[in-house]
Amino acid sequence: MYGWIFAHMPGPLWVRIIIAIVLVVAVVCLMVEYLFPWLAEYSPLSPNVTVDE
Amino acid sequence: MSARERPECAGRRRGGVVGTVVQVFGELLITAGLVLVLFVAWQLWWTNLESDRTQADAVAHLKDDFRSSPPEDTKGDSENPVVDAAPGHGQGIGIMYIPRFGHDYERPIMQGTGRDVLDTLGIGHYESSAMPGDVGNFAVAGHRQTNGKVFDQIDQLVAGDRIYVRTASGYYTYVFRNNEIVLPSATDVTAPVPGNPGAEPQDRLMTLTSCNPRFGSSERIIAYAVYEGWRPQAEGPPTEIADQVGEDGK
Repeated sequence: MYGWIFAHMPGPLWVRIIIAIVLVVAVVCLMVEYLFPWLAEYSPLSPNVTVDE
Repeated sequence: MSARERPECAGRRRGGVVGTVVQVFGELLITAGLVLVLFVAWQLWWTNLESDRTQADAVAHLKDDFRSSPPEDTKGDSENPVVDAAPGHGQGIGIMYIPRFGHDYERPIMQGTGRDVLDTLGIGHYESSAMPGDVGNFAVAGHRQTNGKVFDQIDQLVAGDRIYVRTASGYYTYVFRNNEIVLPSATDVTAPVPGNPGAEPQDRLMTLTSCNPRFGSSERIIAYAVYEGWRPQAEGPPTEIADQVGEDGK
């Protein structure tokens, strides 16, 4: 899948490497901004710290 | 996947359609694994950096407030400390100093125990509980891990450790007494008389609640402290935290 995406990028190799890095960074940023805060609601690492009120 | 039409990809293909499906599935699984590793790193590390910054801002903001608007009522003493009025949800109450947690430990105490307060703003005050210095129970909650992990070392407290709360009117000193581990349903730990809801309080207590075990949430760890004294803002900070509070403490 990733090989296929990489093969379908335009430009010479160095351009494709840069595009790939930009894409990965963009996906990570999106995850940090949206996916992770949402996922944190269900994570055992982010428990409630209050006693039930 | 239309790689079949691309001659340059042909050499990478093995086993036709089934092979492609297996390969894509495998890559997705590896991706999912990496995403989860990244998520754990984000939650255990990055949320602390974000919260630490937000909380440092909140502390600086509170210090400015304390400086710019000196308290009107300073006629209290250690026996009868001044008790501030409870602010609105999300508003600042004061700054907590716990030397046992390190000499750079200063965290904002904000009104409310919703996620909006606890996840970024710091230590949250149970809105129905007493204010600092009041007869009853000044109860607060904070994260053990993630989001600033304000009470990470709560299990390290030793009986006799001082916990200081600085508000607009002065410095309240509490002495750590004991801790206990309870189930999340044990709401009576924040009662005016912990463990005895409905009883008329005589003492001035403080209760800290956080989660237990350290990376879990199946239980709560509760730390109790007993009021020891109060001094007005004008007298400056107690000796133990004087260096830390610095010149602006009066």
